[in-house]
Amino acid sequence: MHSRLLPKASLRRVAGKAPYGPTAAAATAIAARPTAPQPPARYSSSISQRPGASHVSFPGAVKSAFTNQLNFALSDESPALPTYRVVDQDGKVVDPSFKADLADEEVVKLYHKMLLISIMDVIMFDAQRQGRLSFYMVSAGEEALSVGSASALSPEDVIFCQYREQGVFAQRGFELSDFMNQLFANKKDPGKGRNMPVHYGSSELNIHTISSPLATQIPHASGAAYALKMQRINDPSLPPRVVAVYFGEGAASEGDFHAALNIAATRACPVIFICRNNGYAISTPTLEQYRGDGIASRGIGYGIDTIRVDGNDIWAVREVTKKAREMALQDGGKPVLIEAMSYRVSHHSTSDDSFAYRARVEVEDWKRRDNPIARLRKYMEAKGIWDEAKEKEARDGTRRKVLKAFSVAEKEKKPPIRAMFEDIYEELTPDLKAQMLELRQHLDKYPDEYDLSEYEGGRGSLDA
Amino acid sequence: MTSLYYYHPSSTGVAPASDQSISDNDRRAQCRRINPGRNQRAATKPPSILNTSAQRPSQPPYRLCHHPLLAHSSQAALASTELAPEVRNGTTKRMNLFQAINDALATALTEDENVLVFGEDVAFGGVFRCTMKLAESFGGDRVFNTPLTEQGIMGFAIGAAAEGMRPVAEIQFADYVYPAFDQMVNEAAKFRYRDGACGRSVGGLTVRMPCGGVGHGAMYHSQSPESLFTHIPGLRVVMPRSPLQAKGLLLAAIRSNDPVVFMEPKILYRAAVEQVPSGAYELPLSKAEVLKEGSDVTIISYGQPLYTCNAAMQRAEEDLGVSIELIDLRTLYPWDKETVFNSVKKTGRCMVVHEAMVNAGIGAEVAAVIQENPETFNRLEAPVSRVAGWSIHTPLLYEKFNIPDVSRVYEGIKKLLDY
Repeated sequence: MHSRLLPKASLRRVAGKAPYGPTAAAATAIAARPTAPQPPARYSSSISQRPGASHVSFPGAVKSAFTNQLNFALSDESPALPTYRVVDQDGKVVDPSFKADLADEEVVKLYHKMLLISIMDVIMFDAQRQGRLSFYMVSAGEEALSVGSASALSPEDVIFCQYREQGVFAQRGFELSDFMNQLFANKKDPGKGRNMPVHYGSSELNIHTISSPLATQIPHASGAAYALKMQRINDPSLPPRVVAVYFGEGAASEGDFHAALNIAATRACPVIFICRNNGYAISTPTLEQYRGDGIASRGIGYGIDTIRVDGNDIWAVREVTKKAREMALQDGGKPVLIEAMSYRVSHHSTSDDSFAYRARVEVEDWKRRDNPIARLRKYMEAKGIWDEAKEKEARDGTRRKVLKAFSVAEKEKKPPIRAMFEDIYEELTPDLKAQMLELRQHLDKYPDEYDLSEYEGGRGSLDA
Repeated sequence: MTSLYYYHPSSTGVAPASDQSISDNDRRAQCRRINPGRNQRAATKPPSILNTSAQRPSQPPYRLCHHPLLAHSSQAALASTELAPEVRNGTTKRMNLFQAINDALATALTEDENVLVFGEDVAFGGVFRCTMKLAESFGGDRVFNTPLTEQGIMGFAIGAAAEGMRPVAEIQFADYVYPAFDQMVNEAAKFRYRDGACGRSVGGLTVRMPCGGVGHGAMYHSQSPESLFTHIPGLRVVMPRSPLQAKGLLLAAIRSNDPVVFMEPKILYRAAVEQVPSGAYELPLSKAEVLKEGSDVTIISYGQPLYTCNAAMQRAEEDLGVSIELIDLRTLYPWDKETVFNSVKKTGRCMVVHEAMVNAGIGAEVAAVIQENPETFNRLEAPVSRVAGWSIHTPLLYEKFNIPDVSRVYEGIKKLLDY
């Protein structure tokens, strides 16, 4: 794509000639290095090939041994990265070194969060089918992944989501009323009725607002992580923080994913990339999405420490996220990639019928054989901290709470019409003020053409 | 001689621009070329003398020495009432456009620890020298190279801004901004709107990019894609015409709490030299400037074509005995309609001049707004006209026939008057 017509300066630079060889200015800059937090990159790339060297010293591959064997690295021959798990499908602990780091009541709380979003999902999916909601996306099959990873982060860590991470929001403290206000786009929705349902956001919980385009959030995470790193350099009294970013395996095909990993690696950003590999990007199965060893292999290619984890195992997800956070804060910060494997037992969204492209039996099989909620339940039952009665009570209670929050939020008024003009810029521009007035006059002139009763303040909100 | 396009090793540093390489005679010769009306009074047939290599920079060197649109003395530089009193009482320094950009970046890096400067090849000074010595002065963690990925640069900048930094991201050429377009349109522009009452924004973001023709940039080193961004609510789009303007507008852009696309006409990096106030100062965004008052025709332009307009205007005033008003839009969105309305109400004839393609360009928007306003519509003596690039890509050999030159602007003025 790039045919920069500027090779001359850079070629001269590589050749060590003018303008930036060992000039007086450069020597001064090198001498001044200790005072600068990080020396300018250009001084670090002086590489030359020694005679008789056994290793390549090209600037682009400095540790590569010479060989007289003409062998291509065959992608199929490298073994697939293993998938870490702590608890198996029957709820049995399989990692002998594992020690639960949570008290029983904390485990039950996590279970409640998983239950909460799975019950909310079913109710909201049906509500959309009844026409009471314009759109919804469930996260069935991914509850352990979202709740588990969020539970291992600090509340001050910054999170960017894709759109199927209601478990992250719930775990961080997003209340049922918060979910419902956004879903019904009522006047209490901080998004002011501008976003489709499931585009949650919370500044108090340090979760950025969800944006529909896939993968755009991934380079944001790299930049945000760099911001946190710089802020701590400027003020060491700040707590160490990381950024976590979630995305699907489909989104990892976007250029933004690759750009984000590359830039996070080169700038040493404390960011945890969490890929939710659920097997499907809407209808496209992974075999048509990518080749090679999943998304994890991409991380290694970018020089990023990577792990693959069983996303249906909340304990494994917690353990790898805890470890990833620790690693991300080492050596002044570095990126880490987690590929969490799961199966999207739900349809992609309320606009999707997945049985058009996959067998119902496959989905039923996954639901029965490997359900993250059932797995934690089995673990808790084996530990004697859960039973059928508690399960029923929890499910019934949660269902009641969801329905109550639903009906409260549904009755709220919509935000004022004025909100459509605000927040384009920090302040309303003269143009926007004029357009607001124009709309007001139009609504005055055609009062029967528009139903304004739902909107807080009606036409009046458009007054300057 | 110095190419104004390639980085030239003989001119390093941010020392005041030196014109030592051209003699006074050369300089006078160039001035004659750029101000044909003043220096070629005997000429009668405009087209033969209006377009010389100096008006349209098809051939380096291209200098705007002693140009009336530039401040050649400290007094001239400090005369503007837009400057704060303490700046007006301060000193000035002779700079070209890339040095003024560099000065603004250094000022911003000094005054705010949250300012970061990055992009491709930024650490060694940048391919146009705008970031010279900044990495040395402010450290490699604040001024740094990024991998070659415009979408990555923009996404990274947005994320940093969302967490409170003031990133100044450089896109090496405006021609290469398109991979970043999604990030700019769907993310930077919508961030505040999407976040609503959560209150987060990427207002700290500034995106710099060199733009426009230089005579030999052809299809991929000549583009001026401002109107792709002026269509996007949430972005501010700015293009300065000179070093003094560039410093003040860039500082305003960096300090602004809205994301700003800052487009630098790269032909002016070396060509435009003037006295620039030494202190930190801002020039107002979304405020046009009347560069010369007139009563018969209004010419609205921005960036490099202002010099072309000025030359054509001077000649037209001499030949035709009319008085022409020249307006620099400066901010292309949200733009200053008031200044344009006031001018057109006075003159009744208006032309918009820009380098970019005429279709759906800035000219289209300005003309539409003028005809929509009853006060200006009723006053019009002729249709609002546009002199701009044709609706083609910029071809290597034909740039001089594509980008508006003095004779096309001159002819445009005549047509407005003859209507």
